[in-house]
Amino acid sequence: MEIGGRQITNRLFLGTGKFSSNRLIPEAVRAAGVQVVTVALRRVDMEFEQENIAAYIPEDCIMMPNTSGARNAQEAVRIARLARAAGCGNWVKIEVISDNRYLLPDNYETIKATEILAGEGFVVLPYMSPDLMVAKKLVEAGAAAVMPLGAPIGSNRGLKTRELVRILIDEIPLPIIVDAGLGRPSEAAEAMEMGAAAVLVNTAIATAGDPVAMARAFSLAVAAGRLAYLAGPGESVEYARASSPLTGFLRD
Amino acid sequence: MSFYEERKKYENFDFDGFFEQVTDADVRRAINRDRLTPLDYLTLLSPRAEVHLEEIAQKAHRLTVQHFGRVILLFTPIYVANYCTNQCLYCGFKATNRLERKKLTPAEVEEEARIIAATGLKHILLLTGESRSKSPVSYIRECVEILKKYFTSIGIEVYPLEEEEYRELVEAGVDGFCMYQEVYDEEVYARLHPAGPKRNYRYRLEAPERACRAGMRTVNIGALLGLHEWRTEAFFTGLHADYLQRAYPEVEISISPPRMRPELGGFEPPVKVTDRNLVQYILAFRLFMPRGGVTISSRERAELRDHLVRLGVTKMSAGSNTAVGGRSHPEAVGQFEISDGRSVAEMAAMIYSQGYQPVYKDWQMV
Repeated sequence: MEIGGRQITNRLFLGTGKFSSNRLIPEAVRAAGVQVVTVALRRVDMEFEQENIAAYIPEDCIMMPNTSGARNAQEAVRIARLARAAGCGNWVKIEVISDNRYLLPDNYETIKATEILAGEGFVVLPYMSPDLMVAKKLVEAGAAAVMPLGAPIGSNRGLKTRELVRILIDEIPLPIIVDAGLGRPSEAAEAMEMGAAAVLVNTAIATAGDPVAMARAFSLAVAAGRLAYLAGPGESVEYARASSPLTGFLRD
Repeated sequence: MSFYEERKKYENFDFDGFFEQVTDADVRRAINRDRLTPLDYLTLLSPRAEVHLEEIAQKAHRLTVQHFGRVILLFTPIYVANYCTNQCLYCGFKATNRLERKKLTPAEVEEEARIIAATGLKHILLLTGESRSKSPVSYIRECVEILKKYFTSIGIEVYPLEEEEYRELVEAGVDGFCMYQEVYDEEVYARLHPAGPKRNYRYRLEAPERACRAGMRTVNIGALLGLHEWRTEAFFTGLHADYLQRAYPEVEISISPPRMRPELGGFEPPVKVTDRNLVQYILAFRLFMPRGGVTISSRERAELRDHLVRLGVTKMSAGSNTAVGGRSHPEAVGQFEISDGRSVAEMAAMIYSQGYQPVYKDWQMV
């Protein structure tokens, strides 16, 4: 898969906000072979080497700063610019949330921010509530991928938006990356089997008993799901094949 | 509509009667709910719920890790002025207490800021007493301009302001607001605040709403525990937080459960709030508002704070000092006695040892 001119082979993207120690981040990245890591600019502290979360992301990874904390397009744009100025590269995950109860994204503001930042040469991956019309507008606005949520952030509820995400996969010509809500590797596999281009996981890995092992488990599940998608699963049927077909008498 | 009217709905509510009727089954039902109603929250604050504390703790811990991760945000207060026109019976800085009054000059603010910034902290909370003449908004703003050079997130805990004034400070770079109602019971409030502008209960109660409308990113509220029956005060604090979160979903709402500490004037808190009570309050709040922040100050002793890391708390002060200019002049008298005098580095080490990560920076001005 190619995003923003970069070849991506590992389809598990990793979020970094909830680890019990920054030191676990490079370990999880290595164990899972992760290539794309997102980090909230609000947590990046270039002045404090030892506690700077960005310093724990391996050099060979693509760092994708996110605009966590932005309440509207304007703030998201400013955060993205600050991130680029701070040396975090030109990828950005747009996250515009003005609802602290469910952490659901504001699609309208997200489209606006995408348009501005794509125009400024950013590789823009917007986080959104799955909606076909919004996704189409994100394509027009210049997004590099579209990242619908599977369920609210941190909820570990799985692929609750399945039908809507499936429509995006069918209709949108960009990579569809399921971001947020996936609680188990099996749910990540499910998204990949459906044809998602990748998944982004933080809570389920960072808060697991053994985050490094869980990162590996997710990576395997993502690879398995992708392989299954490519292999084209056999049709699934609701009933066993009747041995005496109802239409067997039609022999002409 | 403001929270003032919302609170009035409970004016004739029989809290004692409610607590008496709570059964174990009620408590278990409240624990296992996905979304708690205000009365579920009250059920978890009841004396009956005390026997279920461990079960509540397990769920509170799970919810906190799920929503916030294994991280604790660190911050510290900076007292810039202690001139005060109020006479809160319980406060070390009240107008009638005799102590050296002081207001930091810009150079002194800078000196304190430098000392604090050297510890790595990026979140600071600026405090003043209530004196519009000695610490006007223009002075607060002047301090903010200096603090901005050293910190990426600035909160204020000052006297209640007008919405326009909050907006002015937001534009100057303030992103956090903190104000304790002290007491939600209006009559007790009147008794404890015999003179000064703070007598205006409603103006203070509605200050968080003005702050939300003015664009503050984080709003922290609380009742000072020990001044009145803690279960109902905890209930109203939670109700207030829930009200603000629904009315202003873009703002991060958090609470503090500060307990009375000995202060210069020697005020004896009328109500004793034990460690167990405090823990029950924090846990019940976590179940009621799974995404609500909980801030614990250095009023609490080190050993208790160590345990609280895993019990729903999301933010802790470190290297605190409650005196004006107390970091460059350690002999200065503070607003109240600090129980946990650990440095930022010591706090960070403790948090790491609990399997949590201390976070120094969680916002920057944009």
